[in-house]
Amino acid sequence: MGDVLVLAEHRDGHFPKTTLVGINAGLEMARKQGGNCLAVALGDNLDGLLADLARYGTAKVIGLEDARLVHPMADAVAQAVAALVKKIGIQTVMATATAMAKDVMPRIAARLDAPMASEIIAINDDGSLVRPMYAGNVLATIELEGPVRVVTVRSTAFDAAAVSDKPAPIEKLKAELDPSNLKMEFVAFNQTKSDRPQLTEARIVVSGGRGLRSGENFKTVLEPLVDELGAAMGASRAAVDAGFVPNDLQVGQTGKVVAPELYVAVGISGAIQHLAGMKDSKTIVAINKDEEAPIFSVADFGLVADLFKAVPEMTEELKKLKH
Amino acid sequence: MKILVPIKRVPDPATTIRVLPDGSGIATDNIKWVINPFDEIALEEALRIKERQGAGDVVLVSIGQQSWQEQLRTGLAMGADRAILVKAEQPVDTFAVARILAKIVADEKPELVIIGKQAIDDDSNQVGQILAELLGWPQATFASKIEIADGRCTVIREADGGLETVAFTLPAVITTDLRLNEPRYASLPGIMKARKKPLKEIAVDTLGLDLHPRVKIKAMKAPQKRQAGRKLSSVQELVQALHTEAKVI
Ligand SMILES: Cc1cc2nc3c(=O)[nH]c(=O)nc-3n(C[C@H](O)[C@H](O)[C@H](O)COP(=O)(O)OP(=O)(O)OC[C@H]3O[C@@H](n4cnc5c(N)ncnc54)[C@H](O)[C@@H]3O)c2cc1C
Ligand SMILES: Nc1ncnc2c1ncn2[C@@H]1O[C@H](COP(=O)(O)O)[C@@H](O)[C@H]1O
Repeated sequence: MGDVLVLAEHRDGHFPKTTLVGINAGLEMARKQGGNCLAVALGDNLDGLLADLARYGTAKVIGLEDARLVHPMADAVAQAVAALVKKIGIQTVMATATAMAKDVMPRIAARLDAPMASEIIAINDDGSLVRPMYAGNVLATIELEGPVRVVTVRSTAFDAAAVSDKPAPIEKLKAELDPSNLKMEFVAFNQTKSDRPQLTEARIVVSGGRGLRSGENFKTVLEPLVDELGAAMGASRAAVDAGFVPNDLQVGQTGKVVAPELYVAVGISGAIQHLAGMKDSKTIVAINKDEEAPIFSVADFGLVADLFKAVPEMTEELKKLKH
Repeated sequence: MKILVPIKRVPDPATTIRVLPDGSGIATDNIKWVINPFDEIALEEALRIKERQGAGDVVLVSIGQQSWQEQLRTGLAMGADRAILVKAEQPVDTFAVARILAKIVADEKPELVIIGKQAIDDDSNQVGQILAELLGWPQATFASKIEIADGRCTVIREADGGLETVAFTLPAVITTDLRLNEPRYASLPGIMKARKKPLKEIAVDTLGLDLHPRVKIKAMKAPQKRQAGRKLSSVQELVQALHTEAKVI
């Protein structure tokens, strides 16, 4: 009783930091519920991945294997995971709120007839959970009623699980999939090519807004700064909508939530929807020519300046610092 | 083709949200209420599909109070054909909303439900996916492009690290992302016409569903406010501060 199952998402043959954050939150949940934390990975030929997953301190890792889970579609994942949950008796099913988890976890909840909390940021001792609402303007304490519940966690709110010296036992199971219930077909994945760190993993994030004015300026003005800092690149919705940069760089209420050690906002006004995705960063820098811009109200260091002058200057200053 | 579009009434995204001192909810005076932005995108997409196909029926559905009529009328003015208001005085959680929508789907038999990916008040991002599973339908969440031909639907969706393409046969549930389209405004003739379009009201307790909320909000509070720091007068000063003071570079 009281066991937790964490859905361990893997990409390109490894577990990203977001997955390790989910495992750590799962371990905390299990401690507070008085149960064990298990992790499950889905896919095919999982041996190598499972050996890796076993290092993070869970009581067990489970591999659900099936060729139809290589490009996991939500209906297949929901079937496979819900069947497993029923079989082994789980109280809380968890995952970090990535795009993939946002897609599948509510579907798993529906299949289990379980209530769900999205993007929690804390687990209270009494079992209640804390989650932001209204673009982070409200923190709600909530309770989920029932024997089984589904929870996603915000990747910025928990640390990544540490490697444990005792590897977890590994169990491989055949995924239970009813072909008549598999109605979704994977066609293609068009990966955004980038050599930069992932937004949700980076120690430093530099984001650009509408103030950059064009995709070309992102390349010639912002990217040298991004690369000088070894940072990940992010953007405001306005910059993404205008087609300056790919969609998955959007930081904010309806994009990605990040909390790096350093967040540099360039030519971003600081609308509440943007702040919702970055205001928990450790140090925030804002570069904006409008001294009234709301971004300055959350910035530790503000620079009122024309970004087209300030950003290349900053890149140069940073180079000097290295020598 | 018949398309169902759920509509939620939410505070205008530009509204400043304040928590009541006793933590029981948010202050609702001075709030301008609008259609959830993602639902506007859903409605726009439904209208475009209808326009492309030259025929169809776009049906709006809200689960809320009498006042939600206002947003349904706006949706009708944008071009929807009719609307259903399921009147619920008690709060409903995402599961209850999905259950009610599933019941409306059973009655109305649409081939497609286009629904917002996220309500910008509760920020749950759940209803579409729960609905799809309750119906046993395929889903495409976070859609940025939808193509329909001969009952086959291909959707490009916003995933982590790129764009994913999925395909399936209708009926299906699709949830909208920001880049799907740019919603139109209601025109003056649209607003005039909307007054005469059918808006059916259904009392929620006539549906015979178990809607007992299982997600309970115990309390609300405002998050700790971040303190503004200081403005620096030059790039050199900024880099120095980051290096020696914040020690992040
Ligand atoms: C449903 C919904 C969801 C949303 N979700 C998100 C989200 O997830 N993320 C998000 O970011 N937004 C989101 N938004 C949009 C948000 O409300 C703002 O519109 C958006 O963040 C503005 O982007 P921006 O700051 O780049 O543009 P603007 O607000 O136009 O600001 C541009 C800034 O650049 C400055 N600038 C211009 N030129 C220069 C220059 N030469 N040098 C220096 N500074 C300059 C200007 O002073 C200005 O402050 C959402 C909105 C809605 C309705
Ligand atoms: N009370 C409601 N009435 C109609 N539609 C709703 C209601 N609540 C949520 N929805 C729909 O579900 C979508 C996702 O909401 P949520 O899962 O709560 O973030 C919204 O964009 C709406 O389209």
